[in-house]
Amino acid sequence: MNPLPLYVAIPLGAAFLIPLLGLWWKKSGETLAPLFTLILGIMAVLQVGRPAAVYHMGGWPPPWGIALVSDGLSTLLLIAINLVGFLCVLFSIKYMQRYTGLTKYYSLFMLMVAGMNGVVVSGDLFNLYVFLEVASIASYALVAFGVGAEELEAGFKYLILGSVASVMLLFGIGTVYAVTGSLNMADVAREIATQFGGQMNPGLLLAGAFFLMGFGLKAALVPFHAWLPDAHPSAPAPISAMLSGVVIKSLGIYAICRVFFNVYGIAAGGAGSVIFANAMIAFALLSIVIGGILAIGQWDYKRLLAYSSIGQIGYVMLGIGVGARVLATGGQISIAGLAILGGLFHMFNHVAFKSLLFLSSGAIQHATGTRDMKQLGGLREKMPITAFTTNMAALSIAGVPPFSGFWSKLVILVATVKAGYTAIAIVAIVFAFVTLAYYIKVQREILYGTVSKLVEKAREVPALMYVPLILLAIACVGFGLLYPVIGVHILEPARDALMNGAEYIQLVLG
Amino acid sequence: MIGMTLIVKTITDFVVGFIIVFGVYIVLYGHLTPGGGFAGGVIIACAFILAMLAHGKDVAFSKLPEKAAHIIDSGGALAFLLIGWFGVTVGAFFMNAFGRGEVFRLLSSGMILPLNIAIAFKVSSSLFLVFSALAIFRRRSFRAMIEDELA
Repeated sequence: MNPLPLYVAIPLGAAFLIPLLGLWWKKSGETLAPLFTLILGIMAVLQVGRPAAVYHMGGWPPPWGIALVSDGLSTLLLIAINLVGFLCVLFSIKYMQRYTGLTKYYSLFMLMVAGMNGVVVSGDLFNLYVFLEVASIASYALVAFGVGAEELEAGFKYLILGSVASVMLLFGIGTVYAVTGSLNMADVAREIATQFGGQMNPGLLLAGAFFLMGFGLKAALVPFHAWLPDAHPSAPAPISAMLSGVVIKSLGIYAICRVFFNVYGIAAGGAGSVIFANAMIAFALLSIVIGGILAIGQWDYKRLLAYSSIGQIGYVMLGIGVGARVLATGGQISIAGLAILGGLFHMFNHVAFKSLLFLSSGAIQHATGTRDMKQLGGLREKMPITAFTTNMAALSIAGVPPFSGFWSKLVILVATVKAGYTAIAIVAIVFAFVTLAYYIKVQREILYGTVSKLVEKAREVPALMYVPLILLAIACVGFGLLYPVIGVHILEPARDALMNGAEYIQLVLG
Repeated sequence: MIGMTLIVKTITDFVVGFIIVFGVYIVLYGHLTPGGGFAGGVIIACAFILAMLAHGKDVAFSKLPEKAAHIIDSGGALAFLLIGWFGVTVGAFFMNAFGRGEVFRLLSSGMILPLNIAIAFKVSSSLFLVFSALAIFRRRSFRAMIEDELA
């Protein structure tokens, strides 16, 4: 049987089962949430190498019914969401003990996972919007879970900005429906390809602008990034790891890729495609520059990580934007493929090292009670495992050679230069060194240096908290060294799914 | 005196039953006439909310205890999912597994009626819970709740 509906049904069922059982069984969340996310993670990993599949909800064929689609890109995101979800739940068991209302926490967590899985497997624009709202609303509540003044403010800000993005997306979807008369992504893509011959009429351009803004806000690209530096530090650490590790990617980057490559057929060329590709590159550059500059000055560890997320998402978007522009202007397919591959690879790596960094910030806060970098120092002596794994992630994200982050940034930069955008590549290289600079600051202020007063009393966190850190640290090294395995089986199918828009139409509509 | 005046209480007692019956009608005929599980569920919740406004939260909670509301809330959602899953037995998730019946009769259109009922349970109890949460927050200051939590 095709397991696609299970990716939504299992976490959704768990989200309602946990509070129901929680009325009598206080540990329902701690027990069931890791179990269900582990099952989902194993399912996602087993999906690797299988051919792309379509599931017809309720037995209705695509242009009328809702289709669930799993191709290479969906599989990539499913693996990231469910495995990181499992590790974050595992980390939550000890970390969340000082909070109350834990069944609600795990319930919201599973709802968020359900929403993200739904976004990733959905083959229907409106269905994608509904799941995006499920995931977003769960994350608004989770950001404010601490119910302190700061958390509530951050949650409220995120809620308002997220709602603006949702309204934009709804407008965009409405416009697409008005122009093409369909909501099924493959059907819309076919309409655009045949009815308009790949060209975009003003309605589609407007809708595209709405999509770029709405999904761009979810992805925290720079003009729309204002919610992120508040939301990520205020949330409990496992939620920060989820938000930065997978939410901004599945709701933002994935949706942008899917809509512009598979639905709008950016590869087919035309004036509209070039405009969107230019916008992607512009947002990417702004994110790299502004995220990098703002990160240097931060002394709040989690806030620094949040700004760093903006910068790294910029690199992901740069790879994808350059790929889109090369395709739209009719350049060499191989260069476009390289750029997109680099973007996806960096996204996959960022899932590992940024979730690790946010989880480690949680471990540090758990042990010392602060995340102010001025009060930390010498953690290497008191919390060796946390310090070692944090170090691996910092080296990886900063792009130090044997680690994964180096290879993905290298691929993006090589593709950018090969495509002829040398100036853009130079800016990206300069800000790669800025990234290195602020992670050296992290090392210097937190991991090395003299042991500060607060760190003096700190002890290593319990095993349930450091095991996820170790697993993610292995991933940080492994993704770089095991590229021949991961690249061929996970990343290249994802790239092919983006490059061949026509195949997607063929797959869904048959 | 807890709640509103005698006039309001008497009228409330008089209309609450009718509101619930109307809500149930909207739910059960959702597949035939305008309405459905969500709309009917909201109307049913309104009956309980009216009772809470007129008589205070103790009377409302004696009719629908908080724990029962939580059980119905999660149970309704799970029932919806299970009915959808039942469709797998005949081919696909959410496929109509029950007979379609005769058009315009109450027992027709297969799964839509049970799905409407599940949604009605979910919506009515969760709206009631949302309202009661807001009502409780209004009575007690935030600081008092935190202090209770710490104590």
